[in-house]
Amino acid sequence: MLKLAGVKTYYGNIQALKGIDIEISQGEIITLIGANGAGKSTTLMSICGIVPPRSGSITFEGRPIHDMKPNDIVRLGICQVPEGRRIFPFLTVIENLDMGSFLRNDKADVKRDLDYVLTLFPILAERRNQAGGTLSGGEQQMLAISRALMARPRLLLLDEPSLGLAPLVVRQIFAIIRKINQEQKTTIFLVEQNANLALKAAHRGYVMENGRITLADLTVNLLANEAVRKAYLGI
Amino acid sequence: MEYFIELFFSGLTRGSIYALIALGYTMVYGIIQLINFAHGEIYMIGAFTALIVTGVLTYYGWPHLAIILIAAVLAIFYSAAYGWTMERIAYKPLRDAPRLSALISAIGASLFLQNYVLLAQTSDFLPFPSLISDFAFLDPVSNLFGTTDFLIYTTTGVVMALLTFLIKFTRVGKAMRATAQDRHMAMLVGIDVNRIISITFIIGSATAAIGGVLIASHVGQINFFIGFIAGIKAFVAAVLGGIGSLPGAVLGSLVLGWTEAFFTGYVSSDYEDVCAFVILVIILIFRPSGLLGRSGVQKV
Ligand SMILES: Nc1ncnc2c1ncn2[C@@H]1O[C@H](COP(=O)(O)OP(=O)(O)OP(=O)(O)O)[C@@H](O)[C@H]1O
Ligand SMILES: [Mg+2]
Repeated sequence: MLKLAGVKTYYGNIQALKGIDIEISQGEIITLIGANGAGKSTTLMSICGIVPPRSGSITFEGRPIHDMKPNDIVRLGICQVPEGRRIFPFLTVIENLDMGSFLRNDKADVKRDLDYVLTLFPILAERRNQAGGTLSGGEQQMLAISRALMARPRLLLLDEPSLGLAPLVVRQIFAIIRKINQEQKTTIFLVEQNANLALKAAHRGYVMENGRITLADLTVNLLANEAVRKAYLGI
Repeated sequence: MEYFIELFFSGLTRGSIYALIALGYTMVYGIIQLINFAHGEIYMIGAFTALIVTGVLTYYGWPHLAIILIAAVLAIFYSAAYGWTMERIAYKPLRDAPRLSALISAIGASLFLQNYVLLAQTSDFLPFPSLISDFAFLDPVSNLFGTTDFLIYTTTGVVMALLTFLIKFTRVGKAMRATAQDRHMAMLVGIDVNRIISITFIIGSATAAIGGVLIASHVGQINFFIGFIAGIKAFVAAVLGGIGSLPGAVLGSLVLGWTEAFFTGYVSSDYEDVCAFVILVIILIFRPSGLLGRSGVQKV
């Protein structure tokens, strides 16, 4: 479904991605783990066209997307929940959700999806007219995920959804990630610091170090891998 | 007392005109954090477009009402086209450059437009025809304000109402607010941010042009420099109200308009232009983010 080949991305003169290859098939949950500054967020931003790669190719269902504008990439069904949630602080909860469905014209289905996310996260229904910036961290994360779901993505990119959340909320969010993967067949690309959690949720995983992919395997194998256990699981 | 009321209305007239210009400053600032120094020039170009159109149509003997309406509409379109083009040429290439570069580019655009009109139209004040006949129903209050004042109030009110509706309730308006609050996130939900920025320039330029046509009809003469002074004052008003805030721009404009009117009316008309800057300094000492500006950590 999504294929990155030899992707090199720079911030000015700083090279953040040094030629990475990643392949994701329809229906999978894939995780990308790595230390701080490894280039995980940059990978997602390159896929979405916010920081386009300087060389290499990114194709989505066989079609090159690395030259496309971010809004056209969203239109293809690629959606990101970026690091730090990035809720529109002065838009209400409902307006934030509206922005998620910005490109959709199927009013009736949008309404249905809105009801769906509000049942997934009832707290958002309670807070519907409150400014997004006044929600708690966990509520903002729920809103960020819901906003992405409102786009009905075919490929959902999640950047550290567990960051700063209470264990209970983390478990809830991971349960929902699995649920939308199974029920809506949404393909998921999950970036996580919490390697333990991520490797248990995903089917396959990539390990990134210093802008390079150093390991790619089924998560069962990564969980058993001595180097991964030492570096990322702290065992 | 009657003098006071008279000053009140003359302040309202000034304030309304400032508001029409200040809206453009504040909208552009809100969305790309740029102080568009050439914005006053767009207002001036609106006035000149109307002048040229009225000249031509008067020559062909069109009815006055038709002339002024057509002149206003063309001025709006022409200024909007200027605003759009200016953003494309002078600001878009510098979108990710340091802010100072964009500011210098803005000053350059301002000087360019001023001098271009200076060369095309001379530096003399040119008379703007008086095409609006007095409304009879205003006769009882004609000692307080005139017909053009009345048109300025009502037009400004309507423009504000439309703009508020647009920003609050329409899809484009929501996209504008989202872009202002977090540009990258706006891209990630599929908003064509470049288009939203263009639309912002077009709307700001159109409202400035409306102000230009109104002031030309009200004062009866224009020259290439009117945009500079009005632009600076509207900018002061926008900062006063809290730059980035639409209600702030309106409030700041009215405060400035009234201060100027009462100051010149009761104290001295020699220091009229200084007045704006004095209240700017005073307000910024006590409320650095302006009257209705959002202070705090959130980027607006
Ligand atoms: N806007 C930027 N300008 C310059 N350098 C940047 C920018 N964003 C990221 N970088 C650099 O690119 C490298 C990769 O950053 P990235 O954010 O992709 O890391 P990450 O793997 O997501 O880290 P973390 O786990 O801390 O979120 C880092 O060295 C970082 O300093
Ligand atoms: Mg990151």
